[in-house]
Amino acid sequence: MLKDRLIIALGERDGISGPAIAACVTAAGGTVAFIATECFV
Amino acid sequence: MDVQSQEAIKRLAEQHGKDKLLVLLGSPDAESAEIAAETVVLGDPSYAGPLAGAQLGLFVHHVLDPEIRQEIPPQVWEEQIGVMTDVLNAGALTAAVAAMRQRGGGA
Repeated sequence: MLKDRLIIALGERDGISGPAIAACVTAAGGTVAFIATECFV
Repeated sequence: MDVQSQEAIKRLAEQHGKDKLLVLLGSPDAESAEIAAETVVLGDPSYAGPLAGAQLGLFVHHVLDPEIRQEIPPQVWEEQIGVMTDVLNAGALTAAVAAMRQRGGGA
């Protein structure tokens, strides 16, 4: 699934960050198109 | 969801088409996961951002979804996600995002 699509890594400060998601995707052979870490209030 | 994120997602959807994109969420609880998923599937529920009224219908999963996790090398998973795997409720997060995918007509 990760290799077939461009990934939008939308992390959250109190959960899992965007860069952490992106690192996982890259390690799985996927391509990351956008990274952000949101602060949900 | 931040206005900047909404703008970027809208632009990517226009450039690449919805079938080429996958949104991975890192939300800490089911409520915030549902709102983030709703924003990229049905549009911004707060009607405040560029995705207000934009039913992009993007494919979205939480990163803790077992379908996603199985594709990530275990060592990298441990380094990047690590203890959050145990802290967060993967089942509830996966279910919340799956429900929103189904509302958008996705699998």
